[in-house]
Amino acid sequence: MIRVVLPTHLRRLADLEGEVRLEVDGPVTQRSVLDALEARYPALRGTIRDHDSLRRRAFVRFFACEEDLSHESPDDPLPEAVAKGTEPFIVVGAMAGG
Amino acid sequence: MTRVRVLVGTHKGAFVLTADGKRDRWEVSGPHFAGWDIYHLNASPVNPDRLYASQTSGWFGQVIQRSDDGGATWEPVGNEFKYEGVAGTHQWYDGTQHPWEFARVWHLEPSLTDAETVYAGVEDAALFRSTDGGRTWHELSGLRGHTTGPSWQPGAGGMCLHTIVHDPSRQDRMFVAISAAGAFRTDDAGATWQPINRGLRSQEIPDQDAEVGHCVHRLASHPSRPDVLFMQKHWDVMRSDDAGDSWHEVSGNLPTDFGFAIDVHAHEPETIYVVPIKSDSEHFPPDGKLRVYRSRTGGNEWEALTKGLPQSDCYVNVLRDAMAIDTLDSCGVYFGTTGGQVYASADAGDSWAPIVSNLPAVLSVEVQTLP
Repeated sequence: MIRVVLPTHLRRLADLEGEVRLEVDGPVTQRSVLDALEARYPALRGTIRDHDSLRRRAFVRFFACEEDLSHESPDDPLPEAVAKGTEPFIVVGAMAGG
Repeated sequence: MTRVRVLVGTHKGAFVLTADGKRDRWEVSGPHFAGWDIYHLNASPVNPDRLYASQTSGWFGQVIQRSDDGGATWEPVGNEFKYEGVAGTHQWYDGTQHPWEFARVWHLEPSLTDAETVYAGVEDAALFRSTDGGRTWHELSGLRGHTTGPSWQPGAGGMCLHTIVHDPSRQDRMFVAISAAGAFRTDDAGATWQPINRGLRSQEIPDQDAEVGHCVHRLASHPSRPDVLFMQKHWDVMRSDDAGDSWHEVSGNLPTDFGFAIDVHAHEPETIYVVPIKSDSEHFPPDGKLRVYRSRTGGNEWEALTKGLPQSDCYVNVLRDAMAIDTLDSCGVYFGTTGGQVYASADAGDSWAPIVSNLPAVLSVEVQTLP
C-alpha cells in the first residue's frame, strides 16, 4: 500500500482527509503512483502534472524519505520505504509568496 | 419575493452574497475554494441554479467548478484546455515570437439558451466552448487562427480573452475582447472572426489606429440594442452603433478616461457606468475619491456618483469584470474593489453602501436577479 500526502488545497479539491492509500500495480514510480492517484481522484488531473505532457507543474515538488525527488525521472523506482508504505510520497506546493 | 445573488470572485476564494429585493440586508457565504484565485463566477440565464466558477492557482493550475444549487455545493468538472492543432506563436513583450501557452480562464459566459453550454475566455488568448456543462472543452480556433494572431501581444496582465458578449437577437453573433489585441466579432457561431477596432486610437502602439493591438479592457451592451456596444479601452471610453464596425469616443467630461469596468443600466440602454482610474501606472481613483460616473446620454456627458462612496484617501482599483447590474425595477449596480469592498446601489447609482468591506482583492462581480 502506497501512502501519499497531498497539500491542503488538493485534499480539499479531491474532497479527502488525511493520507491517501493506494494500490499500485507493477513498479512503484512517480508515474505509477500519480496514475493511480488521478484514477481514484479525477479532479486532481492537471493540478500536479500537465494533462498532455504529464510533466510536473513548475511549483509542485515531490518529497520522500527527506529527499527532494522532483527532478528524478518519473519512471525511476521510488525509495523502498515508499514502496513498502513505511514512508509517504509527499506532494508539496513549492514555497513561494513571501 | 424577488431576490438577488451576487457572485464575487476574489484573489483568495469565492463569495456568494444574497439579499431580498430591498437589497439592504445581506447574507454572506464563503469563502468557497479558499486560497485560490477565483477569476470569475457566472450563472446560466436558463437555469439560475447552474453556476460556473474559474478556480486557478500558480501552483496547481486551472480548475472549473460547477454548482447546481446556486452555489451551496460545487463539483469540479473539466479542466483540460487544449489548443486545437498546432498552438503556434504570438508576439512577446520583447517583440519575439512566443508559443501560445494556456495559463488560466479569465471569464466564463454561459449560453443564453442552453444551461449545458458555456464559453471560456482564456490566457493565452483563446475562446473555448463546452456543451456538456463544463466537463469537456473545445477551442473555437478560428479566433486564434485569425491572420493577425501572430501579431497579438500580452498586456501587463497577460494576453487574456476577458470579455464575451452574446447577441440575444442573433444566435450566431458574439463579441470578444482581448488584451492587447482588441475586439473581435463572429457572425457564424465562432467559426470565423473579424477584428472590430476601426475608430480606436492607442498611443501605446506604433500605428495608433492599427487593425489589432489595442488594449480593450471591457465591452458592454444592452440586450435590447445589441448593435450598440460600449467599450472601456486602456484609455478612452468608446461607443459603436453598428456592432463594432466603427467606434467613436464618448469620454466627454470624465476626469480621466482610463479604467477597466463599464456596464449598462438594465432598463435604460443609454445609461452607462464607468469607474475612472487615474492612469495606467496609478491604478487608483483620481484624488483618492472613489466615484462611479454615470452617463444618461450614452456617453460624453457624465455625472459623478459619490453618495456612500469614500471621498478621501481611497486608493483601490476596480477591475474589468468587477461591475454588474441587476434587473429589478429599481436597477441595482454593484462593483468590487481590490481593497476587498463590494458596493451596491439599489437606486441605479444615486447612493451606495458596502455589502462587505474586508474581502480579499475582488477580481469579478456578477449578479443574478432571482424570482
